[in-house]
Amino acid sequence: MTATTMTLAATEAPVADYRPPLRARLSRLVLPVYTALAVAYLFLPIAVMIAFSFNNPRGRQNITWQGFTFQNYLDIWSRPDITNPMLQSLIVAVVSTILATILGTLIGLALTRYRFVGRNTTNILIFLPMATPEIIMGASLLSLWVSLGVSRSLVTIIIAHVMFNISYVVVTIRARLQGFDRGLEEAAMDLGADEWTTFRKVTFPLIFPGILAAALLAFALSIDDYVITSFVAGKTITFPLWVYGVSRLGVPPEVNVLGTMIFVVAFLAIAAQVLWQRRQARRQLIPSRAP
Amino acid sequence: MTAVVRRLRWVVPYLFLLPGGLWLLIFFVVPMAVMASISLQTGSLGTGYTLTWNFGIYPEAISQFATQFLRSFEYGIIVTILTLLIGYPIAYTIAFRGGRAKNILLLLVILPFFTSFIIRTLAWKLILADQGFILGTLKSWGLLPDSFGLIATPISVISGLVYNFLPFMVLPVYVAIEKIDQRLVEAANDLYASRFQSFLRVTLPLSMPGVFAGSLLTFIPSVGDFVNATILGSRDTTMIGNVIQSRFLDFNDFPRASALGFVLMAAILAMVLVYARLVGSDELTSG
Repeated sequence: MTATTMTLAATEAPVADYRPPLRARLSRLVLPVYTALAVAYLFLPIAVMIAFSFNNPRGRQNITWQGFTFQNYLDIWSRPDITNPMLQSLIVAVVSTILATILGTLIGLALTRYRFVGRNTTNILIFLPMATPEIIMGASLLSLWVSLGVSRSLVTIIIAHVMFNISYVVVTIRARLQGFDRGLEEAAMDLGADEWTTFRKVTFPLIFPGILAAALLAFALSIDDYVITSFVAGKTITFPLWVYGVSRLGVPPEVNVLGTMIFVVAFLAIAAQVLWQRRQARRQLIPSRAP
Repeated sequence: MTAVVRRLRWVVPYLFLLPGGLWLLIFFVVPMAVMASISLQTGSLGTGYTLTWNFGIYPEAISQFATQFLRSFEYGIIVTILTLLIGYPIAYTIAFRGGRAKNILLLLVILPFFTSFIIRTLAWKLILADQGFILGTLKSWGLLPDSFGLIATPISVISGLVYNFLPFMVLPVYVAIEKIDQRLVEAANDLYASRFQSFLRVTLPLSMPGVFAGSLLTFIPSVGDFVNATILGSRDTTMIGNVIQSRFLDFNDFPRASALGFVLMAAILAMVLVYARLVGSDELTSG
């Protein structure tokens, strides 16, 4: 204790004109430079994808740069072989996100706000799908449908997507609910609000950002799922299944066009959420600054 | 009336759990049981299956595909170690040195993964191609022999897996490091620990729950993956996922495929338990 105070006192005085040696200053740069390179590495395939979406290849191979064109972006809209899988994926993603978000939010509320028998079992049931390889979930669902004699369709895809998304929704909601101040609800009840009004006016607005984050995650996981979908799709073709299918003959630029569009939409959605949260945070800051 | 309502309050959490819990029970737990029963049946898709308790399928399937099993676990371990080595410094830098840019940096790390998994892997096929813009350029400068190639080798499959599962390592490690009280590190430094020592004795042990979670989240999907091996690999890099997928969807060999799936599950579970013992973390389900 005293040693610490003494070192502090000893080092504090000359700190004003103290310049660390060059080696120390360079070693401070190692981690930021490394992280910048890592981010570049993460974006490399994205950059390649975007670049080749503007490529103008001869034939179906889209491997070498042949010239710039916008044509790929104009063509895809009149290609039902591309727009149909995209539409299927959107239907699956929207429906499964809504269902998984509702079911997952309810479980998340139960787990964080109530003590009950079977809580640990529920926790394990939530954890297991996230710890199971996708191929096992896909294969076992296929086993179920085959032995029941159910033909696979859009419905079986949606069922599978809701299944693997519930856990992710629960985990996201639970993380947001853990810092939740129950005093706010008690205050509302003390002021005469019944439980439903309290939920509607206090609880729900407070947990809404968590629900939104969970829904975004579920949507992203659903629209991108290939492995499980490939087992339960039957003859239905979703966007990832279509990409996988055509890529066996060489990747046409249309794949890159759609990949780029998904990336741009995801980017805008995330940017909007970040900006919205910043504005919320600022709004909450202002009154607390007042005396 | 209100007394009755109050007495029935214990039902509320179960009502909340019911729909989602049932969904998981019917479409996650029950299918596993169905798969277990199919693995012990004999017959074909055309003639129908009968339960014959054919346990012999298990040793048969394991010995038939031992190479693919071993290869998958070998790749899985290599991928987990590489993602840890690449991802830990990223998580550390963002958590401790990110300052106000923390959230933005974190988003930059996650953003690439909002494009389709398949398209990202296809992009790597383009990047690593024998005559692609990297190897092709190096070859035209005479820096690499013309016969040099990465695609369709274990290197390309592993690099695809590392890329695709890197965020599953970075995020949990970041969360663990972010929680560490910086004053502990400062205290170590004040007590004359070098920066490396204070990392080794303070930061690293405190970040172990994140390393544990990250390793599981990387290891499990990479062992079971078949997409990277299909797109970036060759016949010599076939993983157990490829076998299971083709046995199910191309050969309709359900009993054998189910048995393989079960062995994969059991093997992964066993490895996770051994690893949990080694690391000494029981924080599997918490958090």
